[in-house]
Amino acid sequence: MEMVNIKINGVDVQAPQGSTILEAARLANIEIPTLCYLKEINAIGACRICVVEVKGARTLVTACVYPINEGMEIFTNTPKVIESRKKTLQLILSDHDKKCTSCVRSKNCELQKLCHDYGVDDADRFQGVANKFELDDSAAHMVRDNNKCILCRRCVAACEKTQGIGVIGANERGFATFIGSAFDMDLADTACISCGQCIAVCPVGALYEKDNTKEVFDAIADPKKHVIVQTAPAVRAALAEEFGYPVGTDSQGKMFAALRRLGFDKVFDTNFSADLTIMEEGTEFLDRLNNGGKLPLITSCSPGWIRYAEHYFPDFLDNLSSCKSPQQMFGAVAKSYYAEKNNIPKEDIVCVSVMPCTAKKFEIGREDQAANGVPDVDFVLTTRELARMIDRAGLMFDALPDEEADAPLGLGTGAAVIFGATGGVMEAALRTVVEIVTGKEAPSLDFVDVRGIEGVKEATYDVGGTTVKVAVASGTANARKVLEAVRNGEKEYHFIEIMGCPGGCVNGGGQPIQPASVRNFVDIRAERAKVLYEIDKNNPLRKSHENPAVKELYDTYLEKPGSHRAHELLHTKYKARDLYK
Amino acid sequence: MLRAKKQTVPFKGTKEQENQLKQVIKELRDEKGCLMPIMQKAQDIYGYLPIEVQKIISDELSVPMEKVYGVATFYAQFNLMPKGDYQISVCLGTACYVKGSGNIFNKIKTTLKIDSGECTPDGKFSLDACRCIGACGLAPVMTVNDEVYGRLTVDEVETILQKYA
Repeated sequence: MEMVNIKINGVDVQAPQGSTILEAARLANIEIPTLCYLKEINAIGACRICVVEVKGARTLVTACVYPINEGMEIFTNTPKVIESRKKTLQLILSDHDKKCTSCVRSKNCELQKLCHDYGVDDADRFQGVANKFELDDSAAHMVRDNNKCILCRRCVAACEKTQGIGVIGANERGFATFIGSAFDMDLADTACISCGQCIAVCPVGALYEKDNTKEVFDAIADPKKHVIVQTAPAVRAALAEEFGYPVGTDSQGKMFAALRRLGFDKVFDTNFSADLTIMEEGTEFLDRLNNGGKLPLITSCSPGWIRYAEHYFPDFLDNLSSCKSPQQMFGAVAKSYYAEKNNIPKEDIVCVSVMPCTAKKFEIGREDQAANGVPDVDFVLTTRELARMIDRAGLMFDALPDEEADAPLGLGTGAAVIFGATGGVMEAALRTVVEIVTGKEAPSLDFVDVRGIEGVKEATYDVGGTTVKVAVASGTANARKVLEAVRNGEKEYHFIEIMGCPGGCVNGGGQPIQPASVRNFVDIRAERAKVLYEIDKNNPLRKSHENPAVKELYDTYLEKPGSHRAHELLHTKYKARDLYK
Repeated sequence: MLRAKKQTVPFKGTKEQENQLKQVIKELRDEKGCLMPIMQKAQDIYGYLPIEVQKIISDELSVPMEKVYGVATFYAQFNLMPKGDYQISVCLGTACYVKGSGNIFNKIKTTLKIDSGECTPDGKFSLDACRCIGACGLAPVMTVNDEVYGRLTVDEVETILQKYA
């Protein structure tokens, strides 16, 4: 790589050619703030918070998009730079709802932190007319509050470019500009897939999930209710970030300890039903493969992806696995098998799930997700909401011991925990399918070709003499590429795994929000995924069909994968949806 | 809940107009930056860009409708509402404004129950604000189609509108 010599604040720095000033400064351990810029998502140089002085340049330049060149002299912290950034912040504040004390992003707001860092002592320096917007709380999963919006357009970029959806954008112009939908429709009336990637990139409190913490606290306090909780694989890869730990910290033990101390009657694990999903989906795959069923089979764990398919690729609905997502399978089993076994009326069970996902909040209200006449799952909390509950309950996260989940619905294998990363469901399925077909364990349990954060991955495996072509896509823009290739006949696959969010659930819309200062330099998808692969590696059970609790469920209740009872409880249907209501 | 912008006048587009628009899109679609020219042509065909028209553009170009709407609301040149049989235009330029044209504008809004840029449900009147029309000596001024009304007072508004009703 060709290196360029530059000077930053008088210090010699070498940086790769093609770097921006922002990237080069980071190599010299100098942080330049960004509000609109977010690596791989948004680079429009619009917010002017990253300005620096460049010797010879007529005006301040935006470090986020300005490339370095040989001999360049850059100053990142002159009074002129600092004054400019402060003024930019004050101008943003002049049309910003400054109710920080009641804002969900307080303490984790990029604007608030910058105002602190740049000594904004007068938040009302530029007082004048302010816009007043109605909240959009129409969607099942989130709220949009344009009064807090700073028009950075990260959400627009995440929706349109990363996800290939584009249901939100900038409307009107100048001072009247706001982020909204076509014809100012409610978000619920658009083809929003509820992925929450917009929330995950928002620097302020303009976008946030619908909070269910109060309902869950109330349920726990109700002595008549038996409140059980399940946690998705990806939650344990990120929860600790909410308590100041670095990205990539394994939170599993403390997470279970915290849930128990919050007062849940049973602390279970979605890993259990992820294993169950593999049994059902693996069986479905082999059935379709051997009996001329519709192929490629496409995974159905990700409700964001499911909604994407329903809105944008209805011609592929027959390719979707009929399996419910692990979250819903868990609820269906909890309110039948578990309820009956323990003599608890299903109506008294409150099934709470903690998910890295906002689309899960939409999923629980879908049709055909109440196998026992009561909702499979009652409340969905995001990873962030769980952290809020831990804070509110006064649990000192640092001091929590490492604990395990409860049997039987808390038992999961290594195959289940990797469901949280792109490629994980495919790998888990292959571990089991190969063994079912060949009668012996796969030569290696590590299907590394389907690992990693690339948006589209392909591999070919020999499964007992049959060549099986698989593809893995994460992020719906990548899903579109794969599906269009299949539709055009350019590609042929037997099995496709699709996750709605880039990198899979570890980077879901319900995960802890990392500021640009972290995301611009750390790949949160890869770091969080590492946690899951490490947990998998250390689990003595690494294949779903070896899960003893799942075996017992089949032996004593469901009979076998794909049985009539299994279909009643664990499978569902999909429907085509319009782009606009 | 947000109130989505309601269309006050029912859409009266014809199959012929739709074919015309689709032909335009076919001709322009491969050019870079074709969205704006297509929207301009669409407005020539329909007179305005209601949701039905934006939907055709969005579907044919495979771009999100929000993208079309974003452009349509960015440029003043694009209309989201149809124009009425009688297009009322009230000058809000400096001279007219200091002479009270703002009050006249508001009086028309309340009388016709429409906002600036909108059209009455019967398709009769539409209302717009404009800047100086060069008749400052007659301030405050409004026009109804080609007819100019000067030295207006708020009390005269209803009488003038009744002439067209």
